Amino acid sequence: MLKRVHFGSSWLPFALVAPQIIITVVFFIWPASQALYQSLLVEDAFGLSSEFVWFDNFIELFGDEHYLGAFQRTIFFSFSVAFLSMSFALTLAAMADRVIKGATTYRTFLIWPYAVAPVVSGALWVFMFDPTLGIFTYTLGALGYEWNHKLNGGEAMFLVIVASAWKQVAYNFLFFLAAMQSIPKSLIEAAAIDGAGPTRRFFSIILPLISPTTFFLMVINVVFAFFETFGIVHAVTQGGPAKATEILVYKVFNDGFIGLDLGGSAAQSVILMLIVISLTVIQFRYVEKRVEY
Amino acid sequence: MIEHRPMVTFVSHLVLIFGVAIIAFPIWITFVASTHEAARMVQIPLPLLPGDQFFNNLELTLFKGLQGAGAPPVGFMMVNSLVMALMIAVGKIAISLISAFAIVYFKFPFRMGFFWMIFITLMLPVEVRILPTFEVVANLGMLNTYWGLSIPLIASATATFMFRQVFLTIPDELLEAARIDGAGPMRFFVDILVPLSRTNIAALFVILFIYGWNQYLWPLLVTTDQSMYTVVMGIKQMLEAAEQSPDWHQIMMTSLLAMLPPVFVVVFMQRLFVKGLTETEK
Amino acid sequence: MAEIHLNKVHKSYGEDEVLHGIDWHIRDGEFVVIVGPSGCGKSTLLRMIAGLESITQGEISIGERVVNDLEPAERDIAMVFQNYALYPHMSVYNNMAYGLKIRGLPKDEIERRVKQTAEILEIGDYLKRSPRQLSGGQRQRVAMGRAIVREPSVFLFDEPLSNLDAKLRVQMRLEIKKLQQRLGITSVYVTHDQVEAMTLGHRLMVLNGGHVEQLGTPIELYERPATKFVAGFIGSPSMNFLDANISESGKSIEFSGGNALDIPQSLSSQANRRLTIGMRPEHLRVDESKSQTTAHTVHVVEHLGADTLVHGSFGNGGSDLTVRLNGIRTIDEGEVLPLAIDPKNIHLFDPESGKRINS
Repeated sequence: MLKRVHFGSSWLPFALVAPQIIITVVFFIWPASQALYQSLLVEDAFGLSSEFVWFDNFIELFGDEHYLGAFQRTIFFSFSVAFLSMSFALTLAAMADRVIKGATTYRTFLIWPYAVAPVVSGALWVFMFDPTLGIFTYTLGALGYEWNHKLNGGEAMFLVIVASAWKQVAYNFLFFLAAMQSIPKSLIEAAAIDGAGPTRRFFSIILPLISPTTFFLMVINVVFAFFETFGIVHAVTQGGPAKATEILVYKVFNDGFIGLDLGGSAAQSVILMLIVISLTVIQFRYVEKRVEY
Repeated sequence: MIEHRPMVTFVSHLVLIFGVAIIAFPIWITFVASTHEAARMVQIPLPLLPGDQFFNNLELTLFKGLQGAGAPPVGFMMVNSLVMALMIAVGKIAISLISAFAIVYFKFPFRMGFFWMIFITLMLPVEVRILPTFEVVANLGMLNTYWGLSIPLIASATATFMFRQVFLTIPDELLEAARIDGAGPMRFFVDILVPLSRTNIAALFVILFIYGWNQYLWPLLVTTDQSMYTVVMGIKQMLEAAEQSPDWHQIMMTSLLAMLPPVFVVVFMQRLFVKGLTETEK
Repeated sequence: MAEIHLNKVHKSYGEDEVLHGIDWHIRDGEFVVIVGPSGCGKSTLLRMIAGLESITQGEISIGERVVNDLEPAERDIAMVFQNYALYPHMSVYNNMAYGLKIRGLPKDEIERRVKQTAEILEIGDYLKRSPRQLSGGQRQRVAMGRAIVREPSVFLFDEPLSNLDAKLRVQMRLEIKKLQQRLGITSVYVTHDQVEAMTLGHRLMVLNGGHVEQLGTPIELYERPATKFVAGFIGSPSMNFLDANISESGKSIEFSGGNALDIPQSLSSQANRRLTIGMRPEHLRVDESKSQTTAHTVHVVEHLGADTLVHGSFGNGGSDLTVRLNGIRTIDEGEVLPLAIDPKNIHLFDPESGKRINS
């Protein structure tokens, strides 16, 4: 990772890494260690005194059914988002890989949701499903279904899942298509000569060969759903109704900034940190292993 | 295509067109909503075809903003977004370029220590250190400033890793030739390394501009002053106001404006965008 | 223009010593070649002269100056790299001008020098192109141009021809030789190709495992290789080696299968000892008089047109032996050839140390 030939200046390299290291320490490592420290404290309501309580905050969290509920909800939410957007993207990528004419045109039309901010995506979907005016609400009403995600928790969850998955389709599509296009044509031709039709080829050749990409995307989508959907939830449901869409990231924000429970919020932050760390480790261990053609 | 099966190709196109329709529908509805006047936007069913009020709504939204939402004009917020996005993108690229240069081309004490410190940032997204980071920014007096909006976000492991990867593929002989030509470290960096990385820099810029523009949680925390609101935040303000008076034509116009710059970047710099996306994720 | 002195030059990477004390005096204007198999340390030595590798121990001087602690740019050298190392984002002109610009030469002087060099190398038409748009041979010329334009006192070449195809390599080899004769600049050339080494160098250094095997002119190396390694390395196809004993009288050599060869000078002091005998394929001939009692069983015959290569096994011991005969010969596989060699073309080596025994 170091060049065979390198410079040996005394102060220059320190000056070069300084900006990044200073920002990293001040805004990343110091706050993270503060979160670690605070997670072991309990403060009174006015923030005047604090007491060192070891792991009480964590014990309390895992005894709190609201927190456990948020945990389960987040897992359900994340995997639903990953499954929905990946299966949709995989289908489209498989089709785009087949058609030679127009593949790039389709790509252009399919990738722009990537550029839409989560909160904007939330605004778009909340508008279409607005309980009084929404175009889908109207359509569902005509079909005899009364939609109101402001009252119905299940509907609210469905809405945030769809808004999140919609945004992720672009990303998944790009990676699936790139993975499929990097499979050597000769392999597909060999399978065709062996008598495998398009469908069979997809399941017996293409799908196994892109499995590293699938796994990688799985991790990326779960990370996205865990951490980057704050804007969607904030715009669409604010965690409601009755906490039906309160996912972990939303709860950290809510308990810390609105509820001002510093110790509890810090403990939640620490748990989230552990989740990111384990997901990052998984991602790094697997991304290295690419399929050899 | 391996064999000639017109039916399969036809079905493929059909599925793709259907997929594009699903993906594009919300954006179409947004556009349609932004072209009607307020009165039309409270009549059920809402329109599916565009009206003629686009430019009126555009002017209203850009320069006046949403009445009652207590937010500044959208044009003003877009300037804030632009400044923030540019500061984040340029700042990230600048500090990552020089730190990757130091780590790849110099041998110095604590080199690997610094590398791991940068690596750790990968595992600490804003969302998991919201409160303490907010406190740091508050203590430094950076609330409601462009610096507070951008600097805490510009340390990035992914950009540093990407440049490290790029530098490692540049042949050693170029450095040797440059040394024989008498170029010192900074001269080599400016004359050789940066020009050779320019497509990567451009690709990264595209990704980081989108990243910066779309920031939401962080601006929400560090800005309380309306003059610092970004357009992405503004939408949320409007949605809250929509509970009382649903001015959907303006909200959707704002959404359209908020997604315009990043979508423009993705569509027109598609090649760079795809390159940036696939390379930063390695 | 300058002489180069290498004085007990050592190189280690940690515990691992790769060059074990190299001494050499390269004369002003001389074209010398460092040759050896890959990993022998030849490139490391060149890069130490260039200033791209530090000197662990010993001293290198160029001209009057000890250069141990000087930056490459301060050593008044120019280098041509194996992969050319042209700056991909600069035009040919800028590639050549870059070093001069850094040195702060005036613009018109830079232009004059680049134009002049481009003329010598016949690359004047490509000055505005980028390296990507050039063929391998053209890039090679630009790389040389970049070296020449600096007007250095020493040229260093690090396997500059190995990325070219065979035909171009022969052509460029000739051009490098002509160019060096014309400019008269001291040149050090590193290669693993013995043909390149023999054709280019006034003098050669054969390196093996970080040790100097032999220093000398190409002819000296060919006629009197100091070690078995040099004997096998120089010349193509390479020298045949056979195990043998010196007879009791010291006047002939006996092979394991009962064959024997007379030698011109008596080696009575070495009587009865085992040794390795070396014979170049081109020195062996078919013995029409059948005076020598040697038998060579032919296995494979290769016709090259100008020569015929006969591979087979020698004597009853079955050692492999290659014979190179002039012209086109009709020889069948399985045939047994009686062989002869002029005794003055016989090389004798100690089987343990590999050192030459006969003078």
